[in-house]
Amino acid sequence: MAIVETRALTKRFDGSNAVDGIDLTVGEAEFLVLLGPSGSGKTTLLRMIAGLEIPTSGDILVDGRNVTNLSPGARNMAMVFQSYALYPHLSVFRNIAFPLQAQHMRKDEIAQKVNWAANMFGIGQLLQRKPRQLSGGERQRVALARAVVREPAVFLLDEPLSNLDAKLRIAARDELQQFQRRLATTTIYVTHDQIEALGLGDRIAILDHGAIHQLGTPRQVYEEPADTFVATFIGAPPMNLVEREGQPIMGFRPEHFLPPQAYASASEPLQTLPFHITRIENLGSDRLLYGTLASPMPAVKVISRIPGTVDATLSADEDHSFVVRQRDLHYFDPKTGLRIGRQP
Amino acid sequence: MNSPRSAAAAPIAREPTLTERDTALGRWMLAPALVYIALLVGFPFLLSMYYSLSNATVGNTHLQFAGLDNFRQIVQDGTFWRSMRNTLVFTIVSQVLVVILGKILAMALYNDFRGKWLVRLLILLPWVAPISLGTIGWLWIFDPVYSIINWTLRALGLIGPDTWPIWLGQPDLAMISIVLVDVWRLLPLATVIILAGLSGIPQDIHDAAHMDGAGFWRHLLRINIPLVMPIMLVALLFGIVFTFTDMIIVYVLTRGGPFDSTQVLASLAFFTGVPGGDLAQGAAISLFLFPLLVAVVILLLTIARRAEVT
Repeated sequence: MAIVETRALTKRFDGSNAVDGIDLTVGEAEFLVLLGPSGSGKTTLLRMIAGLEIPTSGDILVDGRNVTNLSPGARNMAMVFQSYALYPHLSVFRNIAFPLQAQHMRKDEIAQKVNWAANMFGIGQLLQRKPRQLSGGERQRVALARAVVREPAVFLLDEPLSNLDAKLRIAARDELQQFQRRLATTTIYVTHDQIEALGLGDRIAILDHGAIHQLGTPRQVYEEPADTFVATFIGAPPMNLVEREGQPIMGFRPEHFLPPQAYASASEPLQTLPFHITRIENLGSDRLLYGTLASPMPAVKVISRIPGTVDATLSADEDHSFVVRQRDLHYFDPKTGLRIGRQP
Repeated sequence: MNSPRSAAAAPIAREPTLTERDTALGRWMLAPALVYIALLVGFPFLLSMYYSLSNATVGNTHLQFAGLDNFRQIVQDGTFWRSMRNTLVFTIVSQVLVVILGKILAMALYNDFRGKWLVRLLILLPWVAPISLGTIGWLWIFDPVYSIINWTLRALGLIGPDTWPIWLGQPDLAMISIVLVDVWRLLPLATVIILAGLSGIPQDIHDAAHMDGAGFWRHLLRINIPLVMPIMLVALLFGIVFTFTDMIIVYVLTRGGPFDSTQVLASLAFFTGVPGGDLAQGAAISLFLFPLLVAVVILLLTIARRAEVT
């Protein structure tokens, strides 16, 4: 358990900043997710915290102690890699035992700890196998067991679920969160998958071009995006943005942009928006409607996501008046892209 | 037969060209290599087996079957056993050095630094140069009068003005000399092979070892070396075969001397068979190399297979 801080942490690659002066504090036992598109600097940030990448400037502190110049092994952090990075020539037992052997632990103690970690992830029967004899899900568990076994102060996870197939990923996500809660170990988790980020994180840091755009709970980043980048990065499909001459950018989420009957019982102020439907995708639980806004609104492309529970007969090439509740409208400064509250 | 289907298929049913028939094409493309091996390896091999069981000499066209007489004479000959011992010493010492130095060089070249391509080029140079030309260069380096080694040692004050080490003329120095040249010659190949093996290890594995707190030696001995072991064994195999069968270095530098102290099986077979004129015995000596090499190849390939990981 530890508090991890970065202060003005910067990494320069080939003349541009991959990580640009990031100040970040990860709390005791917190599950923090670094979320961003590829090239946003999230993995570089994680690798600097791990000690695998040397910062150009700035400091990394663990419980107030400066660890910037410590080797990766001396930081008491464990890392799970996207590729799992299991030692292919060693059995599962020896893979998990490796960090303990590096600490010169006694043999019987090692065996005891390896069994404890293996049982935690249900891989006790695989200890004698080699990594190549394991399935993707089993390899991932071995990687986790190897990280857990020495009870580190911090877990660093670099897209640990992205090599699993979709079905397994959901189960693994659930397990990952359970064991993190049980061990109450500070965890920093890198992903480009917003579903993982929203589902797992206590807080999410959204990065782009080496800078944090927003740091907040999953609810905050979804409901109150700090700027247009966060607004369009979080949510699938992304938030609709309407730029109008001389006015703030107006944003609304596809699932809030619905035919009027969806809000029939609501007594809240509504904003009506004329909508020309060009194409409909039926996804079973939802319908996605692609189209453009019509006059007096500018003709921008927007998407509506209608839940299956809303009964409305709609087809392509039709004009409708769709509505958004006033409180679901977001406004952003047209110059900076920063959020300027719900009301203009 | 009269169905519309077979009528429609008829125009397609033509003779497939050679490029479409994989099996036939494969045979044709393998053929030149097979002919080459049969003529330049298989035929001499069978011929030397035949000679070794005969009384063949240079200029003798009337061969008589001699049974195992040649082999019986060889194993009673002190020079043969001396050459056998020299071959083993020459091969083992040079290959141990090649593998260790090759590993160190490969690890150094694996890292990025300025002028890396130049260093790589320089290291590869001995392998590219014709073996006899390189060895003649070494002949001058080892020359008793002009030896740059002696000059350097004297300039550094390591040997006195009256000491004249004769590199190729003193038994122990001569062996050191041919080992040195063989290491110089085979190091580039081993380095490049091991470098390829090192590049094949994903960076994540090294990162994981760093995170797990492995220091330099633990990382080297428990992760790095085991992972390149299969490919290091391939490098070793090449080195052993090349060294075991090589006679150019010995031929150019020492002619097996002084007092047969650098005589190896390959050079002994040549000196006995061609300048000495006793083709039968030369053939018999050279055949002694064969079972030894087969054993080495089988052993190393088995180990490499067992150590293989993915």
